[in-house]
Amino acid sequence: MTGKEFLDLAIWVSLFLLILAFFLTTFRVIKGPTLPDRIVALDMLVGAVIGFIAAIGIKTGYFLYVDIAIALGLVGFLATVAFARFVLTRGLSDAERPETGDVREAGK
Amino acid sequence: MTDYIAGILLIVGAFFTFAAAIGLLRLPDVYSRMHAASKAGTMGSGLMLIALALNADDFGTATRAIAGVVFFLLTAPISAHLLAMASYKVGYKLWEGSVVDEMSGETASHEVDDE
Repeated sequence: MTGKEFLDLAIWVSLFLLILAFFLTTFRVIKGPTLPDRIVALDMLVGAVIGFIAAIGIKTGYFLYVDIAIALGLVGFLATVAFARFVLTRGLSDAERPETGDVREAGK
Repeated sequence: MTDYIAGILLIVGAFFTFAAAIGLLRLPDVYSRMHAASKAGTMGSGLMLIALALNADDFGTATRAIAGVVFFLLTAPISAHLLAMASYKVGYKLWEGSVVDEMSGETASHEVDDE
């Protein structure tokens, strides 16, 4: 097995694993159950897409996508930071709040 | 030779991403899910970008890919830490089977003063 054949096989195996990972992560985004779970899953989706970009870049030899990967990582980081600020200001939603109601004061 | 190394790095990186996705699906609460996603996920995409840097012919592309890896390694712990801090302060509960909660005042051996 030459190097080119092995690299081609490795690209297909990694694309298959990435597709499985993408579907599992999307399932967690849909299922939740809380907002931080969905934010973590969206952050993970950015990582999976960067892996896709690397695999497709090796497969096609079109390396311009590396810039898009860096920009996507920056956008994902900023989105997670903004979502974290949103979680901090929003507090728990009505469905997640316990009966006593004093937990929400910790976020103020 | 670089083709073999790049292929092995691709498979290992994709496997790490897949393991992170399984952890995200199977672990019980948001903090342990964060542990799977931010560590194994960053490792996976970083390894795949290193494979791309090995496979690129010109120096500029390889440098950009390595710069991307360094950027992800810097930002992933920051975002995970910020999100964990926010969800803990707001009051999202740990899993019932958690052994220790070092942020809560009663059980911690040292006083946590975050104000």
